[in-house]
Amino acid sequence: MLVYTLKRLLAGVITVWFIATATFFAMHSVPGDPLMNDKAVTEEIRANLERKYGLDRPLHEQYFVFMGNMLKGDFGISFTQQNRQVNDIIRDHFPVSATLGVLAITFAALGGILWGALTAIYRNRLPDIIIMFLVILGISVPSFVFAALGQLALVNLNSLLGYSLLPVAGWGTIWHMLVPSLVLGLGTMALLTRLMRSSMLEVVNEDYIKTARAKGLSPMRIFFRHQLRNAILPVITVLGPQIAAITTGGFVVELVFAIPGLGRYFVQAVQQLDYTVIMGTTVFYGAFLVLMVILVDILYGFIDPRVRIES
Amino acid sequence: MKAPPTLSAEDFEPAQHDIHVEQISRPSLSYWEDAWRRLKQNRRALISLYIIVALAAFTLIGPLLWRVDPSLQDLNQISQPPSMPKEATLVAPYKRWSGVTINDFPAYPDDYLDLIPAPIGLRPAMPPTTQAVRLVWDPVKGAGGYNVYRNTRRPETINDLGLPLGGTMAGNEVSFQDRLNLEQRTYYYSVISTDGYDESSTYTTIEVTPLLAMTRQDAISRGLIPEDSPLDIGDTLQIEFHPLGTDYLGRDMLARLMEGARVSLFIGICAPVLFVIFGILYGGFSGYFGGRLDQLLMRFADFVVALPFLLFMILFKIAFGIGPGESGILPMLIALVLLGWPATARLVRGQVLQIREQGYIQAARLLGAGNGYLVMRHIIPNTMGVILVTLTFAVPSAIFTEAFLSFIGMGVAPPTPSWGSMCNEGVKTMLSHPHELIFPAAFISITVLAFNLLGDGLTEALDSRMRSRE
Amino acid sequence: MRAFLAAGLLLLTLVCSAQDAVDFDSQSITIALAQEPPQLNSMKATDQVSVLVLGHVMEGLTRYDRRGNIIPGVAEKWELTDEVATFWLRKDALWSDGVPVTAHDFVFAWRNALDPKTASEYSFILYPIRNAEAINKGELPATELGVTAIDDHTLRVDLERPTGYFVKLTAFTTYYPVRQDFFETQGELYASEWDAMVYNGPFKITEWVHSASLRMMKNPAYWDKDKIILNVIDAEYITSDTRAKLNLFVDDKISYTVLDGETYKDALRQRLRIRSFTTGSVFYMSFNHREGRLTSNANLRKAIRSVFDPEEFVNKVLATPGNLPGRSTFPVWLKGVEGRFRDEYPPPVFDVDVNQGRRYLAKAREELGVDKIPSLVLLVGDSPTAAKQAEYMQGLLKSKLGLDIKIDTQTFKQRLAKMTSGDFDMVNAGWGPDFDDVMTFGDLFATWNLNNRGRYSNPEYDRQVRIAMNSSYPKTRMDAMGQLQRILLEDAGVLPQYEQGVIYLLHPKLRGVTRRVVGTDPDYTYARVIE
Repeated sequence: MLVYTLKRLLAGVITVWFIATATFFAMHSVPGDPLMNDKAVTEEIRANLERKYGLDRPLHEQYFVFMGNMLKGDFGISFTQQNRQVNDIIRDHFPVSATLGVLAITFAALGGILWGALTAIYRNRLPDIIIMFLVILGISVPSFVFAALGQLALVNLNSLLGYSLLPVAGWGTIWHMLVPSLVLGLGTMALLTRLMRSSMLEVVNEDYIKTARAKGLSPMRIFFRHQLRNAILPVITVLGPQIAAITTGGFVVELVFAIPGLGRYFVQAVQQLDYTVIMGTTVFYGAFLVLMVILVDILYGFIDPRVRIES
Repeated sequence: MKAPPTLSAEDFEPAQHDIHVEQISRPSLSYWEDAWRRLKQNRRALISLYIIVALAAFTLIGPLLWRVDPSLQDLNQISQPPSMPKEATLVAPYKRWSGVTINDFPAYPDDYLDLIPAPIGLRPAMPPTTQAVRLVWDPVKGAGGYNVYRNTRRPETINDLGLPLGGTMAGNEVSFQDRLNLEQRTYYYSVISTDGYDESSTYTTIEVTPLLAMTRQDAISRGLIPEDSPLDIGDTLQIEFHPLGTDYLGRDMLARLMEGARVSLFIGICAPVLFVIFGILYGGFSGYFGGRLDQLLMRFADFVVALPFLLFMILFKIAFGIGPGESGILPMLIALVLLGWPATARLVRGQVLQIREQGYIQAARLLGAGNGYLVMRHIIPNTMGVILVTLTFAVPSAIFTEAFLSFIGMGVAPPTPSWGSMCNEGVKTMLSHPHELIFPAAFISITVLAFNLLGDGLTEALDSRMRSRE
Repeated sequence: MRAFLAAGLLLLTLVCSAQDAVDFDSQSITIALAQEPPQLNSMKATDQVSVLVLGHVMEGLTRYDRRGNIIPGVAEKWELTDEVATFWLRKDALWSDGVPVTAHDFVFAWRNALDPKTASEYSFILYPIRNAEAINKGELPATELGVTAIDDHTLRVDLERPTGYFVKLTAFTTYYPVRQDFFETQGELYASEWDAMVYNGPFKITEWVHSASLRMMKNPAYWDKDKIILNVIDAEYITSDTRAKLNLFVDDKISYTVLDGETYKDALRQRLRIRSFTTGSVFYMSFNHREGRLTSNANLRKAIRSVFDPEEFVNKVLATPGNLPGRSTFPVWLKGVEGRFRDEYPPPVFDVDVNQGRRYLAKAREELGVDKIPSLVLLVGDSPTAAKQAEYMQGLLKSKLGLDIKIDTQTFKQRLAKMTSGDFDMVNAGWGPDFDDVMTFGDLFATWNLNNRGRYSNPEYDRQVRIAMNSSYPKTRMDAMGQLQRILLEDAGVLPQYEQGVIYLLHPKLRGVTRRVVGTDPDYTYARVIE
């Protein structure tokens, strides 16, 4: 077990290095650099700037300097926000994205399990048909359309009520988080509902359910103790990658709802070619993703005793 | 007790050798015929298939039927919702207007009044058209200028006057011309006097409904009337019909949706096909050789899988760059392929490894089947089903990725439309012109839906386990 | 853990401090900043938000009044000749810690800004001072700068050449004083926190939570504090999202916000009083005049000018109020000899004439020796507005002249890289004024100006710029400017598109907020809240 974990972690470290390297060279191959600005500067001023930021050195040298600093956990200072450390930026903005992501995944998981179970119970009857129709919609409509529609609905709701029931945009209170996280979680919720439904239907035919029924257990007990518990397992498996996808994929929602998350910051940094922030966010997200996948794999071993981890 | 059966000698005759004992009573079906049969039974999948065919027709045949240039701008009809054909009135070409200045009235007030009265006699200087609305009013004593506002509803208070269009800087300049994005609808113009710096607290409002207007020159150049048309100023004529409305530059939505379909579907279908082919080659190669090379290749695939997809999509997209006049489809395609292949490669490798060990392969080998025969007859057809399903599900995600990138402004370059970029533009005017968002968004959703349902149907149809369940 | 604490704290502050947009009793207002001030070190600041904050907490030798005229700041009076500017500083000007502001603080700040090690992007604005350019290039030591503190309250500036507008320059951010002893205690961290800098302006920063909020309070040490009515300017929100800001405004949480092409419709629906303001920036399409470029052909440029209607562009394409049709590279607000420059020197008028355009095009084809003009590259940024403008130009030139335009959409820095290397035929660009003088627009298309991205080069234009540069006599300077305006436009060196306007909302109880084309904008210094 320990050996397995260590092996996975080592592979993770190499992956992060790979991500950092790929990002570094992809970024530097983009024409232009972060020192350019609307107003042109003379060659002398430009040379002064380059020297200050170390951009006058050859690329490979910059790469090693960067890698050295990264190992120390220092991503440097942002080019656009000149007195802010990239670490500070991540520290300030990642919790926002994470909060949004965790809320969204909670919505998605709870909703997915609930709807999935419901559809399985009411198989081929009206509730099943309605929910499955909504699920199909949830999978087919892009998240930015949901975001835009969600905001539109809020605007109309507020103007109908005559006061602001829920804020239309921004960040801060739980009320700000409600609609964006719902919108963000919708796609995943639809996915999980489908998965839950088919998993429930499969479980129904299992022998242990038949046994339980034969033993004369109450239908409620069978449903909760046996059917639901076993059907949730595959849902948990896909949750790991989904968490990462939601946390990194939140930028549309962050853009539409004006949420100061890290995703929005990344898009801005790419447009501004803010080298240090691009590197910082990509490496951070990469590491986060890798860690999440490893964590879920290991956790899964605990949840499902049938899974034996090869060591 | 029953009497024992009486046996005769004939009963001990050998049975006649009948070659039709194991006759197959139904026609033989190949794997694919069977899959197709079961797909046809799945109504949802079949409808999806029809939708996909219809989309293909919309993309390929549509432009032949609806022959409107998707890039033709119609500044007379900006952001129009879907509507019936409209009529415009021919007017004289626009001429600059120097406005009205009353020479025997003081330009600047001699003394500042506490309350400057609102202008009176506010009226249009000529019949208002969408070309220009010209207002004049009578000068007011004590005024050092006037500010003009425009609203689409009758103002209730002074805070409700609407858009600050501008104004004049002298008490004797008593006219204003508005040309700001005029439409054929009712406007409420309000004029407030100022002392040259600050506004008074009273205002005058009039209601003006400009007529949809077009110059003769413009009508001829747009091909609405022939050069020698008898129509003259004051006559009406039918203008271009836009069944699905227009966008922010007055371009035909229907034509743009067709062109956008070409981009979105091209990326949506090409990218998965390309990365699946690459994945098959990579995965097949890796699975075929096995051993250390296989380990190494799969490790590399793991790295690529671990890249944060959207972040790298954006990075690659920027790194490849878009040249002048290019649509940006190619860089997006390359980025999609670069990041998309490992999933298929892993899948194919897994399948190849699994199938290689199957009993029927060994049986075939025992019967003397060669490598080539095995690959062609068994391995490829058996992986094909899984690959086809992967492909079908990869299409929606590629369409989503394209839409997403275009939505955040990193997708195809203007003027190339894609459904995603049209959504991006539509979202900004969502409240005032919802049709600019709804149409492209609906197309994305329908396409994704169709491919998803088709994928579901294919999974069921191709899944051999399903066969036994019928 | 700290991260989550910070997030929690942020959450708490937002929940608890439901402070209103304006408060009469405490004379405090709440605003939103578009972004975290990237650089509050006045020697290095370049962006608008930093300039906005610094304009409230610092003061140069001079400052602008509400009508945009130069008035005394730290300097009580001054004298300007062609060679020397002398400033007499007031004795009651103090830093926020009570130390007097002296001439040495200016000498230090200016020398430091020019030091190559400081790498200040705006150091060029100090170049009218003798030896400034050489120091910035590292050819001379900073001590050689032509600025001397004769005593604590007298500052002598030797000029490189006659600079009639030098006094106006001293109101600019880079010219603000910095106190050496304090600066040296902070080192690299100077101006990175609210307590890592000292203030000599009407306000001082008393709280700065990075990327969350920034609070400015009245500076009791300010020499003219009696004129300052506001006690608190609280930038409680940092967001550039106009829709979010509109919602905050509607909720009575902020007292000012700008609107864009879409949010103004919501503001109208909410029955809010919309105001407009012309920012003073001009936007134009630069043609590439580099050798071998098609656009170096004057007739081709004139053909394009003949079909471009700035009025249609402003009314149909930009379609928001406040923008003015572009008629010149000199905006309307610039002062001339006595009145407005544009009234005294009206730019030549070119009417839209498609047939004339086709004739120009035919001539251009002949001169270039081609049957059909190959497609031209129009370089633009990646914002939706930029795309819209480019698509409009493309459609216009195609339908009126049959010219093919390739749109080259690039992200901010990539576009700059291409502009610098000259990899375009046409590029949409804009220019905002640095100081209140025609020269800030006048030398823009001089051969040597690096912001002349199209490398327009006309010896006569350059000659007129030199005349204006080397004279301090207003009539001579303005005549030269009038000449070069005519030369540039008749040559169709650039194609003016519009003068930018903004529309905005202001709290009805907030009075005395100044909008400026140059410097701090909006300026709350002399604002007050009415009952």
